[in-house]
Amino acid sequence: MAAEQPNPGPELAGAGLWKHRRSVLDLDDFTREEIEAALETADRMKAVLGRPVHKVPALNGRTMVNLFYEASTRTRISFELAAKSLGADVVNVAASGSSVEKGETLLDTVRTLHSLGADILVLRHADAGAPHLVARETGISVVNAGDGSHAHPTQALLDAYTMRERFGHVAGLKIVIVGDIAHSRVARSNAWGLTKLGAQVVFCGPPTMLPPSCFTAPGGSPWPVSAEESLDRAITNAHVVMPLRIQWERQDGSPISSLREYARDYGITNERLCRATPDVVVMHPGPMNEGVEISAEVAHGLRSLIADQVTNGVAVRMAVLYLLAASNAEEAHSDRNTRSHPALEVAHASSS
Amino acid sequence: MGRYVAAQSDGEFDVNVDARGLIVAPGFVDLHCHLREPGFEDKETIATGAMAAVSGGFTTICCMPNTLPTLDRGTDIEFVQNAGRRAGRARVIPLGTVTQNQAGLELSDMSEMADAGAIGFSDDGRPVWDARLMRFALELSRRHGRPVVDHCEDPRLAQGGVVNEGRISDLLGLKGQPTSAEEVMVARDIQLARLTGGRLHVAHLSTQGSVALLRAAKRDGLPITAEVTPHHLTMTEEWVLGSENDGARCLYDTRTKVNPPLRTEADRLSLVEALAEGLIDAIATDHAPHRSIDKDCTYNEAAFGISGFETALGSLMKLVESGQLTLPDLVRRLTSEPCRVFGLPYGTLAPGASGDVVIFDPGASWKVASARFFSRGKNTPLDGQTLRGQVRATLVQGNVVYDSTAAERP
Repeated sequence: MAAEQPNPGPELAGAGLWKHRRSVLDLDDFTREEIEAALETADRMKAVLGRPVHKVPALNGRTMVNLFYEASTRTRISFELAAKSLGADVVNVAASGSSVEKGETLLDTVRTLHSLGADILVLRHADAGAPHLVARETGISVVNAGDGSHAHPTQALLDAYTMRERFGHVAGLKIVIVGDIAHSRVARSNAWGLTKLGAQVVFCGPPTMLPPSCFTAPGGSPWPVSAEESLDRAITNAHVVMPLRIQWERQDGSPISSLREYARDYGITNERLCRATPDVVVMHPGPMNEGVEISAEVAHGLRSLIADQVTNGVAVRMAVLYLLAASNAEEAHSDRNTRSHPALEVAHASSS
Repeated sequence: MGRYVAAQSDGEFDVNVDARGLIVAPGFVDLHCHLREPGFEDKETIATGAMAAVSGGFTTICCMPNTLPTLDRGTDIEFVQNAGRRAGRARVIPLGTVTQNQAGLELSDMSEMADAGAIGFSDDGRPVWDARLMRFALELSRRHGRPVVDHCEDPRLAQGGVVNEGRISDLLGLKGQPTSAEEVMVARDIQLARLTGGRLHVAHLSTQGSVALLRAAKRDGLPITAEVTPHHLTMTEEWVLGSENDGARCLYDTRTKVNPPLRTEADRLSLVEALAEGLIDAIATDHAPHRSIDKDCTYNEAAFGISGFETALGSLMKLVESGQLTLPDLVRRLTSEPCRVFGLPYGTLAPGASGDVVIFDPGASWKVASARFFSRGKNTPLDGQTLRGQVRATLVQGNVVYDSTAAERP
């Protein structure tokens, strides 16, 4: 099977650490070593992207399907570019214009894509747990590209990668995520990823936007993070400030008085950042609402790493796809055999 | 004929059942189930539901009116009664709606339905959100004498919630229903019962706060009763994370999606305690069968409900085994107490009573295989688990309607 092993370059290592991983659903079940393997692999991928011909044949002959039930620009294109840079065939399926509009269930759509030969499914869905359902019921290798308010693991990996690139490490950093935490899959996945890497994470927002368990549940929130309602207190000595967009599409009635008041209390401005460490950086998972959660000056200023996040997203997703493909290589091969045409099986049986 | 007579050791019998070493009890009486007919026959029919009921030891089942069409008038009640009689298994007694089409706008023909035999009134699943209409319904209950059964849930507080609000909902990114969504409605209904002197029965109580409200209302002597389901007595929100049966957890187990949602261990313990002391009057299954496609989807998309008839006894016996409830108390809360709540003449083995009997082995272990349920609803998070306590035979009016050794399962 040596010919089937992906080989993007002799310097690649770390695939062994993802040996038993078939899907990337969230970072909650990742070890620190697995996350570090992804970041180190992303370093190599970033080097590949810097070459004049930024393409390696690691995923030649494999098919990745982007199945997006929610609107997306950067994540979908980022996955597509990542897969293409690894030589994979890419198919994009949007919920509109597909058989989803004819009432097909999620599971049936995925089973169809699996039967058509998809090796890796990149799924974005408005419902939390959709990728878990698909992975469990169909056995296809799934990368979660965002499921409702639940998780967005590749975003968290690229955020960690971008912080590591700037500071040299993630451990010891104080990272403040500000805004609509309750509806944010980015905040949830970052809570896992960043704390596993040794960072201190603070959720900050008005009480109506923080996850209820941060204050009410016995034992507090399920993540090893702290919660703070005052932005000024939260931002003190922060290394990274990450404002979030208000997820209006997941709101049911406005949780804030007005955008004006929200911007006054929680908008990230240069004045606000004075309380942070001198080398503080600002990140945003996008899309941004400038003038609400972040001022235009900050978004496009020297402290902003927002463009780096987008660029790094491709390298990080290349790393994820590469590590998954490597860990699934044997499995995928045997899968193919079991999915052979029944007629062939009959012929095989009668000849034996 | 079909009546229970005082025990005698000789003479000729129509029916002989070997019950040596087994428990013989009055047939169980369920105040709250969904039989889906008319309208949703692919989830359950009155016949399949009534068969599932007797296989779980239930001889009388009171079914909710949230069918298609909803049970809004006398003829609707008669339709269900007739189908129940034709099925010839458990005695089927329908409830009618409080408001037409459960829309919460205009009252249903409750007096006519009461005369036809409706045992109570409920817009189950859709609480009567209009307090003024609820007041009228409770006032009218003084006249027909039948309880108004409210599914207590503030629709705005609970809106979109699919699990209990708290650590699990935050962890999974699912919208939660706060316990207060139930409690504010329980409090409202208690005050309306106080105002009207009407007859209120609170469906499927699920929170510690609701227990406290019920305690205060009963202390004031209000004619309020309440029920609790086997799943709220034995499961918690942790079940949404799935069981660890196969080494891997099944996160987002849609079979645990039920309304009201499974709550915390503190809530569960308070419900068990309230049941043991008699504050909560009865156990009711809220048997809610669904098709597989109603559960083979995301947690948000999945239907609310657990298929409950066939696992009720087995799951409740856990409370007896753990010493949280005595066996006589368990039987009482499944028989005489629900009958008292709805004014039914069953749930007793007294001479002259209807010969409704369940014979069960409290120690028998069995593995739940929902594919072999009599119910069309295979939706239970208990599938594959081993339970103790199994029904051997069930008699309704002296006729054997279920015999575990003879029944042919699907």
